[in-house]
Amino acid sequence: MGFSKIIPPKIAQKIMNGVFIASGIVTLLILVLILGYILVKGLPAFNLEFIFGNPIDSGKEGGIFPMIVSSLYVTLIAGLIATPFGVGAGVYMVEYANNNRIVRLIRFGAETLASIPSIVFGLFGLAFFVVFLHLGWSILSGGLVLAIMALPTIFQVSEVTISSIPNSYREGSLGLGATKWQTIYKVVLPAAIPGIVTGVILGMTRAISEAAAVMFSVGASIQTPISIFDPGRPLPLHLYMLATEGISLEKAFGTAAVLVILVLIITIVTNLVVDRYQRKIMGK
Amino acid sequence: MNRIESKNLQVYFGDNHILKGITTEIPKNTVTALIGPSGCGKSTFLRTLNRMNDLIPNFKKEGEVLLDGDDIYSPRLDVADLRKKVGMVFQKPNPFPKSIFENVAYGLKIHGHDDKEFIAQKVEESLKSAALWNEVEDKLDNSALGLSGGQQQRLCIARTIATNPEVILMDEPCSALDPISTTKIEDLIQKLKKEYTIIIVTHNMQQATRVSKYTSFFLHGEIVESNFTDKIFVEPKEQKTEDYITGRFG
Ligand SMILES: Nc1ncnc2c1ncn2[C@@H]1O[C@H](COP(=O)(O)OP(=O)(O)OP(=O)(O)O)[C@@H](O)[C@H]1O
Ligand SMILES: [Mg+2]
Repeated sequence: MGFSKIIPPKIAQKIMNGVFIASGIVTLLILVLILGYILVKGLPAFNLEFIFGNPIDSGKEGGIFPMIVSSLYVTLIAGLIATPFGVGAGVYMVEYANNNRIVRLIRFGAETLASIPSIVFGLFGLAFFVVFLHLGWSILSGGLVLAIMALPTIFQVSEVTISSIPNSYREGSLGLGATKWQTIYKVVLPAAIPGIVTGVILGMTRAISEAAAVMFSVGASIQTPISIFDPGRPLPLHLYMLATEGISLEKAFGTAAVLVILVLIITIVTNLVVDRYQRKIMGK
Repeated sequence: MNRIESKNLQVYFGDNHILKGITTEIPKNTVTALIGPSGCGKSTFLRTLNRMNDLIPNFKKEGEVLLDGDDIYSPRLDVADLRKKVGMVFQKPNPFPKSIFENVAYGLKIHGHDDKEFIAQKVEESLKSAALWNEVEDKLDNSALGLSGGQQQRLCIARTIATNPEVILMDEPCSALDPISTTKIEDLIQKLKKEYTIIIVTHNMQQATRVSKYTSFFLHGEIVESNFTDKIFVEPKEQKTEDYITGRFG
């Protein structure tokens, strides 16, 4: 007995249209609500001193400049380390791997990696980078942990993007006497850049928002980190400490607002740049 | 003198026997048309000549293909060098998502040219030979994907001739184009044949008669008949050829 027997198709269509529109609106509403709430609660803490000053009295007073620097620093390190591996693995999967078992195994590995809770990465980072490799509590240790976390995203998005590049581009290039590597480097990757950048940014915004993963690897220093071997305290970790140790809820919301704004800026700016590039190469 | 010769060429994709003993000669600086019904192996034959079929995992071949007397499947031969000499224009125009200039410069750059002036001059020259220069000279930096289909196909021809190939393979280069663009490409082929050996696959009999000197008729993976184009269309020797060109099947 079909659905259409109970409800006429045209009405069903109208109902479903409504359902989809409503789902879209709900999603948007939740986003606006959370963003609005955080910004409204956080903005009172905002001023130049908060952004550019050092924390005073564990963060009860003063600013969060060292934390902003720590956050950007670990995220940048994570991106720099994870991007070549993620993109490289994506290229390998699409352009080189011809053994289906290996392809499936790698894909399975990436999916599993993506589903491991971040606190577990944190623990691994402590044992492996901080202790075993003697990197200590440092921006580098934290960046490495975040790199591992961002890797599956960058890899998966790269693979999907590269495999969506039409074969006619590859044939055109090979047909002119290009080698396989020239074809990948000069045609396939440039065409895939918009997708790859989106994947990298997705991975990095995930990394910049992590508290649990960096908790045991970056330390909790409130000094502004200079070298990659200095300890630091990324924004989410600072936020966590402000809130759980009852230091200042106002500053916690201020920190949250800064974090959200940072993520928004990164996302919007890259979207704009990617759009421009896309329009340029696709001639739209 | 013959530029390309194939001797008892057999091609298989896995268990499918696609080309069944192709023996033919393609003379220098002329246009040769390949005609025949869909699926008879024209594209497969063409793609054997620049080893494009090597990309297909279960491709297998027997017999020989010679370019100026040398076996192009010899293990000593560099495939990239071969493809530089034997250029290809595809059925669907496939410019790269790059600027018009970069599309034409691409082949030069991958073959190691880095003198900017030389490249710019070569790009202009190629676009002129491809009868596209006037339409694009003031927008060389725009994306090639913004051009019309016919312009894109002429760009692909410019891209191919920029690297100075000796042979140009064209697989139904006009099938995606309107009549005006088709005329432009046909005129272009007329012009290019003085310097290049051109092999063109076409489903359009008029096109074959307009552009080619020789025609080979393919059927089920074999060449039924090869002859001067004006002979084959006027007095075909084989019944099957006559049936095909008079539209009785295919
Ligand atoms: N990649 C491939 N793998 C397996 N079989 C293939 C492949 N490419 C082509 N074939 C088969 O080879 C045969 C010849 O195909 P080909 O493309 O050479 O025909 P064609 O004469 O160019 O046809 P059309 O006029 O439609 O372009 C067809 O039966 C086709 O199914
Ligand atoms: Mg074909």
